[in-house]
This record gives sequence, C-alpha cells and structure tokens, in this order.
Amino acid sequence: MSMIRCEKCNKYFGSLHVLQDVDLTVEQGEVVCVIGPSGAGKSTLLRSLNQLEPLYSGKILIDDELLLHCEKGVIVESASRRDRKRLLLEMGMVFQSFNLFPHKTALDNVMLAQQIVRGTNTETAREIAMNLLVKVGLEEKADSYPLRLSGGQQQRVAIARALAMQPRMMLFDEPTSALDPELVGDVLRVMKDLAHGGMTMLVVTHEMGFAREVASRVIFMADGCIAEDNTPAELFDHPQNPRTQQFLTSIL
Amino acid sequence: MRLTPACVVISKWGQKLDNLWAWIDGFADGGGEHAALFVELRKIIGWLPALIEASWITLALTVTSVVTALVFSVFLALGKIARVQSQRTKSIGQLVTRGITTAIRWISSGYVFFFRGTPLLMQLFFIYFTLPLINPVFNIKSRFAAAWIAFSLNIAAYLAEIIRAAIQSIPKGQLEAARAVGLSYMQSMRLIVLPQAYKRMIPPVCNEFIMVLKDSSLVSIIALTDLTYKTTMLASNKASSLVYLPAMAIYLVMTAFFTVIFNRAEKKLGGYE
Repeated sequence: MSMIRCEKCNKYFGSLHVLQDVDLTVEQGEVVCVIGPSGAGKSTLLRSLNQLEPLYSGKILIDDELLLHCEKGVIVESASRRDRKRLLLEMGMVFQSFNLFPHKTALDNVMLAQQIVRGTNTETAREIAMNLLVKVGLEEKADSYPLRLSGGQQQRVAIARALAMQPRMMLFDEPTSALDPELVGDVLRVMKDLAHGGMTMLVVTHEMGFAREVASRVIFMADGCIAEDNTPAELFDHPQNPRTQQFLTSIL
Repeated sequence: MRLTPACVVISKWGQKLDNLWAWIDGFADGGGEHAALFVELRKIIGWLPALIEASWITLALTVTSVVTALVFSVFLALGKIARVQSQRTKSIGQLVTRGITTAIRWISSGYVFFFRGTPLLMQLFFIYFTLPLINPVFNIKSRFAAAWIAFSLNIAAYLAEIIRAAIQSIPKGQLEAARAVGLSYMQSMRLIVLPQAYKRMIPPVCNEFIMVLKDSSLVSIIALTDLTYKTTMLASNKASSLVYLPAMAIYLVMTAFFTVIFNRAEKKLGGYE
C-alpha cells in the first residue's frame, strides 16, 4: 500500500519549470531521502505534496486516496473538504527554519493544534505533548519560549509539534540545514528513532551520512526531474546517471 | 515602612502649594528686581484651571476617535489583504467567493486611498458643513460628535495601513506551520499571526495616537472648545500671548503620559522575546 503517490506532477515559478512530470511513490514504512543540487525542486516537491504550493498539473494520492488532481493550475478533481483536511493531517511537516510559534512555550506549541483542530481536552493534550517532548529529549524545556532554545532544540520541538497530530508520514524539508554543525546530531538522532519506529518518512536533506545509513531509498533530483532512484548503497557507490556522479563527486 | 494614606499626601501637597502661592505673591507684590516676571507667572497659573478643563475635550476626542478607529481598521486591514486561500477549482461557488473577495479588497483600498489622500480639515468641514446641506438627515448638532466621526474615519485609514503592515511583517513560515498542523486560515490569523502582530503595531499606533492628540487642535475651527480653542480665546481676550506656554505644557504632559502607557504595553506583550 502506498502512502504517497504523485503522478506527472508539474509546477512552474513564472517561466521556470521547477517540477517536470515528477512521478514518486512512497510505500508504508519506507524512509525516502531526496538529494540534489539547490534549485532542483526538492523542497517544492515536498511543499506541493502538503498543498503549501499549488500544483500546476498532476495527481496526488495519499494513502491510496485521491487528494487532488490539477490541470493547468486548476483543481479538476479533489477529495471532499473533510477528506482533504483528514488526508493533509496524515502528513506531518518539519521546516528548515523550524517555524515554531514564538509567542507560545515549547509545550504550548505542541499542544495547540491538538486542542484547536482535534478538540482534544487540555489534560490529554498536555500528556501527549509531554510524552513527545520526552521522546525528543526536551522535557525540561517544556516551559521555555522558542527564542530561548538553541536551533537544534527548536527543531526537535518542531518535530514533536508535527508528531502531536499523529500523522502516518512525516515530511522533512532540509531539517538540519539551518543548524550549527554540533547541533545536527541531536536532530538526526530523533529522526533515526522515528525511522526505526516504522514511521514513513520523506526527507529532503544534505546529510549524506544519514541518507546512507537510514534511508531505504535515495532519490536524486536535478532540474525538476527525478534523475535517479535507488537503494542508498547502489546510488552512492555505483551512481548510473552522469548528473548523480557529478553531484556526488562535487560534495564528497 | 509605614504607608501614608492618600488624603494625607494630598493635604501635604496642598499645603506646599499654598506656600508656593504665598512665595510667588511675595515676589510679585514686593516690587523687587524681577517682580514683573512673577506677575506673569501668576497670570499663567491663573489660566491653568480653564485650560485643563478644555484639555478634557481634547483628550476625550482623541481617545474615543482612536478606539473607534481601531475596531474599524482591523476590518479594513483584513479586507485589504483578503485573498482566496485555496487553489482555483472549477466550482461556481469559488468563483463567487473570488468575486466578493476582490470587491472587498477594492473597497478597503479605495477607502484608505480617499481618507489618507485628502486633508483631515476638509473632511471635518465636509461632515460638519456640507453634509447637512446635501440632506438635513446628516445635520449633526453636536460639534463633538461631528469631530468624533471625522476623526474616526480619518484615523481608521492610517491604522488600517499600520495593522496591514504588522500582519504582513510576520514571517510567512508562521502561517505555513499553522496550516501544516491543520489550522484554518482564520484560526491561524487569530491564534498565531495577530498575537505576534499586536506587539509590532504598538510603536506606530503610539505615534498615530500622539499625532491625533495634536491634530485634534483642528476642531477649534468648528468652535469646539478644546485646549487650542480655549488658548486662542484667552490669548485674544486677555491680549497675552503667554497663554501658549501653559497650553503647550499641557499637550506635553498628555503626550508624555501616553508614551509611558504605550511603552509599558509593548514590554508586556513582548515577554516571549
């Protein structure tokens, strides 16, 4: 059963063709890492899946249910309003710049959506939030405001915030790119734990070590296309596509 | 430490003031070197009660106008940034929604364009003198009410721009993060964006408030007895231009008071930073 499937997805920024007939399937429990040079459309792909960017054309299916089908920038077919909300909530999103709510404490950040969107009562929401903060190793920072936390701590709270909605898959948009090098490890550890717990994950990343160790598949994107899609061992050690070879030699 | 009851403090101050009067009188009537100066000083102090009474009108007009305008301007600001959030579909319902949204945006923008682009004084004249000529229904008897309406309408245009700018200064990622955890557009605005925007609004709103406090002197032209009107009356009746000094001092005291209030509000709202 596939958790995410997109078919022939296209997207333009003005005249720039950022996604060109992208087909991607992520099966349940898979950890798929997306790598590639900047401007390849990696983040755009992730953001389009989550409806943060409108698609120009193509189909997106979540959990084998049609989320939407676009043609020429217009939605021609989509799930009902309620189903769409439910399907979108199956995807948790983690951003490069954390985007925690600065006027709420770490605990409130994790509790807020549960209470507003799911209507969970305060005690249950607090219990879920505290458990998640323990899981990301930040229970003692529950009452701190985001701006008092380090980047790595903020990102871990952001992961907890996304997990609080009990999504069945997680999208990570370069989660460690804005972090100081010594803080990257903590965030990657949390992500590794999640992967080992069986979470379906789609990760845009520049952490090749993480991709090699944790990913079940690695996708190389260039110029809006998926250029190569293989197991990490194959892709890193025997890249087939010349663009992949060029990219890997330039970063290693 | 022993707390001194308020009435004791006031009576003590009253006694000190009495001493001060006696001291000034001594100089003014004593015929010394600087007697003339103290005679003027005594005049100025004598005008203060009348000026303070008139400054209540200034204060009342400013506060009521700004409060009315604040409520109105939130809607104007949201109207100016109103967009249909979801992606275009083929449904007729969405087409209608898009049309209404565009109309709201144009009306809000047009309102701001007009009221920011014409002088407040003329708006005041128009509401007080011209509207009754167009239709007697608009004949506003009370000068204060006419001034209040004109000021509220004018200030709302400026506040709308302040609020719009504050909302748009909140990073886009905040709205995206809120949408990603399932909040609707209005929920994201109410719970995430606006609470952060309030703090950024305070310095420009304080600025606007102080401008209004001083611009309210325009109402002297429709003979509403505010601080400026009273001052000019005194100046011409008593033939002394010195009355402008205590009047300006009262304006300063009022602006100082509100500056402190707004600074405190800003600190309080920004506790998370």
